[in-house]
Amino acid sequence: MRRFFQNKNFTAGFVLSAVVVLAAAASLLWTPYDPNRMSALERLEGPSLRHPLGTDQYGRDTLSRILAGAVNSILVGLVTVAIGLLLGVALGLLAAYGGKAADEAIMRLADLLFGFPAVLTAILITSILGPSMVNAMLAIGIFYIPVFARLTRAVARVVWEKEFIAAARASGIGELAIVRRHVLPNILSPLLIQGTIQFAVAILAEAGLSYLGLGTQPPHASWGRMLNEAQTFLDTSPWMAVFPGLAIAWAVLGFNLLGDGLRDVLDPKMARIR
Amino acid sequence: MGPPGLFPMLRYVLIKFATLVLLLILVSLTVFAVLFVLPGDPAQIILGIHATPESLARLRAELGLDRPFFTQYADWVGNLLLGRSALSIHYKMPVFELVASRLAVTGPLALLAMLFAVAFAVPLGIYAARHQNRPQDLAVMAFTQVGLATPEFWLGILLVLLFSVELNWFAAGGFPGWAADPLGSLKALLLPAFALGIIRAAILARLTRSSMLDVLREDYIRTARAKGLRERTVIYVHALRNALIPVLTILGLQLGQLLAGAIIIENVFFLPGLGRLVFTAIGMRDLPVVRDVVLLMAAAVVFVNFLVDLAYAAVDPRIELH
Repeated sequence: MRRFFQNKNFTAGFVLSAVVVLAAAASLLWTPYDPNRMSALERLEGPSLRHPLGTDQYGRDTLSRILAGAVNSILVGLVTVAIGLLLGVALGLLAAYGGKAADEAIMRLADLLFGFPAVLTAILITSILGPSMVNAMLAIGIFYIPVFARLTRAVARVVWEKEFIAAARASGIGELAIVRRHVLPNILSPLLIQGTIQFAVAILAEAGLSYLGLGTQPPHASWGRMLNEAQTFLDTSPWMAVFPGLAIAWAVLGFNLLGDGLRDVLDPKMARIR
Repeated sequence: MGPPGLFPMLRYVLIKFATLVLLLILVSLTVFAVLFVLPGDPAQIILGIHATPESLARLRAELGLDRPFFTQYADWVGNLLLGRSALSIHYKMPVFELVASRLAVTGPLALLAMLFAVAFAVPLGIYAARHQNRPQDLAVMAFTQVGLATPEFWLGILLVLLFSVELNWFAAGGFPGWAADPLGSLKALLLPAFALGIIRAAILARLTRSSMLDVLREDYIRTARAKGLRERTVIYVHALRNALIPVLTILGLQLGQLLAGAIIIENVFFLPGLGRLVFTAIGMRDLPVVRDVVLLMAAAVVFVNFLVDLAYAAVDPRIELH
């Protein structure tokens, strides 16, 4: 553990993202106000002692909504990375060890998916399935499948050439058992690194979709949605546009740094190439 | 190993080209299939909820929506290949014209954004590389981390807040049109292009830095230094040229992505660009527009990837040509 905290990127990333995770966890138990409670008398108030980050056009407390929005962002990060990992790793392993035909088919499919502009396709998908947080997660998660598939394939191939695999095969262990016992543990760190970075990307992407009205639906708090609403009141209540954006940047910065730090520590060769 | 002969190079180009065509066919099929299952009947949307079943059926037949999947697909692709434009359901004008008029906004926006990106990224990257692991380098790297974490639409909103609301230097959005007001149009693109550009500058600056560091370790740079050349000459004449190759590659890829990726920023600034066209067209189920624009955007990305592959093979003989 010391090894990790000697790395500046990791430490900074850990602290920043820990704040987000703690804020999200805390908001499940307590927020200063109910994030969805409207109050006609407190509309568009500036930051004050009562409302440290001000209120929105419905008199809802911005701090409470940002805390609640953290839950949203973390959920999106977790689910999208889970989709990418589950399907991507399986497909990547299949491409690596399943023969040339499977490899070609899977990699061309990945090329195809990469050909589609991500933002546009996510918009299309959410239009087809209907705008909602779950569908936004699906739309983002689909793009993670080829990301993890390619990574898994590349790393798995390298691992397969290693001597301990040859030793395992010589001792008569089945291929599936080798993959489970020897390959997967060895590709864990690149997957962890990539997963952390994709987590950050997902937070950004969901904010964009929610800004367009295609992600989390009102009245639920989401940082992207809050920015959309803030734009209408830019000339009278500029603070509405500042804090949700800061929250996004904070969270994304945190998970990005965490990913970079993990790479520095776990994969020094990659860190140098980068 | 000598330089690749003409034959393997030609073979490589042909294979890559065949892959490109195959990808485009797959992309067009996917686009068509996805829109085929898109819920919401265009006829219903055009005629409204009080339309009679007969008039709906007539309009569906008129739009060709009642024909089988592959007939519709073949029709669409055939017309595209012959250069015949479909009519937009909503705008009642040829989709090609519509796309051209919107490209006149998104194209310059993307170019301007890349211009900003390069103008910031390359000097910053070089500066950071020359001061590797010193405070200057750390400052540049910190800037790039913040840039990578900032949503571009938020930056756009902040720019509006500062330059439109507070300082009143720019309009808060909208686009006067090139013919009506060329200078005003250019001005309308500045803030959104800056928002897009500065975020991409973060990625490019990191890339310039690492690429520069790689090049500076090469033997020929040591030779140039050993010859007693000034550091400036070594950096800007000898190193930069080679260091910029990967940067240019990513730049190309980003330009392709930007044509499609400007959707959100176009919404922030109310720009009548390609992104907003397709965004509203999806909402209105204007399928002819959505289909063509999505295909155009995907084709742009696929085509740029193809060009990049070729450029790489031409520049770097280590790329395997089979």
